[in-house]
Amino acid sequence: MVSLLDIIGPVMVGPSSSHTAGACRLGLLARGLVGGTPEKALLELHGSFARTGEGHGTDKALVGGLMGFRPDDERIRTALDIMEHEGLDFRFEKTTLGEEPHVHPNTVRLTVERQGRTSVMQGCSLGAGRVMVTEIDGYPVEVTGNHHTIVLVAQDVKGSVARIAGLLSDNDINIATLKLTRREPGGDAFMVIEVDEPPALSVRDAIRDLSWVKWAFRLDKVSG
Amino acid sequence: MFTSLLDAVVAAEAQGATLAAVALAAEAKDQGRPVAEIRAALARALDVMRGAIAEGMTGEHRSNSGLVGGDAAKLRTGPAGPLAGTPFRDVLARALAVQEVNAAMGVIVAAPTAGGAGVLPGVLTGLAAAQQVPDDRVVDALATAGLIGAVIAERASLSGAEGGCQAETGAAAAMAAGAAVEMLGGTPRQAYHATALAQQGTLGLVCDPLGGLVELPCVFRNATGAAIALAAIEMAMAGVEFAIPADEVIDVMGEIGKEMDVRYRETAGGGLAATPTGRRLAKERLVQIKRS
Repeated sequence: MVSLLDIIGPVMVGPSSSHTAGACRLGLLARGLVGGTPEKALLELHGSFARTGEGHGTDKALVGGLMGFRPDDERIRTALDIMEHEGLDFRFEKTTLGEEPHVHPNTVRLTVERQGRTSVMQGCSLGAGRVMVTEIDGYPVEVTGNHHTIVLVAQDVKGSVARIAGLLSDNDINIATLKLTRREPGGDAFMVIEVDEPPALSVRDAIRDLSWVKWAFRLDKVSG
Repeated sequence: MFTSLLDAVVAAEAQGATLAAVALAAEAKDQGRPVAEIRAALARALDVMRGAIAEGMTGEHRSNSGLVGGDAAKLRTGPAGPLAGTPFRDVLARALAVQEVNAAMGVIVAAPTAGGAGVLPGVLTGLAAAQQVPDDRVVDALATAGLIGAVIAERASLSGAEGGCQAETGAAAAMAAGAAVEMLGGTPRQAYHATALAQQGTLGLVCDPLGGLVELPCVFRNATGAAIALAAIEMAMAGVEFAIPADEVIDVMGEIGKEMDVRYRETAGGGLAATPTGRRLAKERLVQIKRS
């Protein structure tokens, strides 16, 4: 459903809703996978992101997002300088991540590292600032950033979904969507849960405290 | 939200309401948010639009590549043309100003997109200043514009990569025309005709930016898009009607977009981007961006 505020918005640093605002949102989402600004990152740009990204400030917007800047934050303009000043080790590469239409022309793969944890996220910018995360650590996902999202990897134990759902409802958090995938029976289960209310860090930590949960992160809502 | 502009006009007429009022009511219902909250978000958008205009008018902004910038200031302080001192010239200057700020990575409102972000603020704030329209009516006009844009998004497209520039500055002109007519006291039906008149004037318009950058001709397309909106507003408020309904004009814009060769959809493969000068400038300027 189209919203008036999608049409009259977003408020953003120019010049392109897909190449700048969308890129910033992808950076913000990748940041969530390591729980803060990565110390090290590899940003692999595909298609139009690789071809016209520099002219559109896609590099600055991605870096700004990784540092926690929102699409309307004017620090995006000088994000590369700030990155250098902060001593962050971010590197860009132009690459081909696959054939269209399987891979969207505005796609980036971000490998982010912080405090000993590494995560790989692939996502694309769909136009008008809308984004889609398509892969996290090799698991296929569909995360839009239109909701607050919890992602977690857990051992494939019975009742895990019920336990997590109970924990969220105990904290008065309503689940909008829930998707469970695993690579093989008994292997790790990968859960993506989109929720209506912003989950507190204590909720994330409670999930982490479950003995069968290997890791869990909270991705902030990046649109609307 | 409505998927037919005619449905919205009929609903407004039946209630004796404005298009803005039916749009705000529909949005409040869809999103489960109070109207006051939606209007507050639109008021913030209006503030950002005015901020971008003020920035752009200083003439101090150059795009990353240096291809565009400084032309809004020329219309403000440069030599007079036949339309000097009229709202027309002021609207052109405002549309250029926003788009120059956008090209320089300044803060704008994507309305409907960043590439077409100059038309709506140029037309609405320019005419509001000329006619001393209070801000709450300009905010209402943004709601009307959002309604028209939502209908276009649903029936056609708001993306140059999908539908050419007719779907970006063309759609922006249609939104601005309908919204301004209502803001200036026209009826929902007149706004409907203004929307059709503006969109028909942009049918077939290609998206052909040099080097794929939102700079040239995008900045100028926003000014000429605003001019088409002004033509549509003037005609509709004089009682001119367009025989093809706005919904059908929007539908055909979408169909033309689908049939448009990929060279004319933001890929820099055709149009002005593929002219000898266009290719040369893009090559020179992209090298410059890499050095900076």
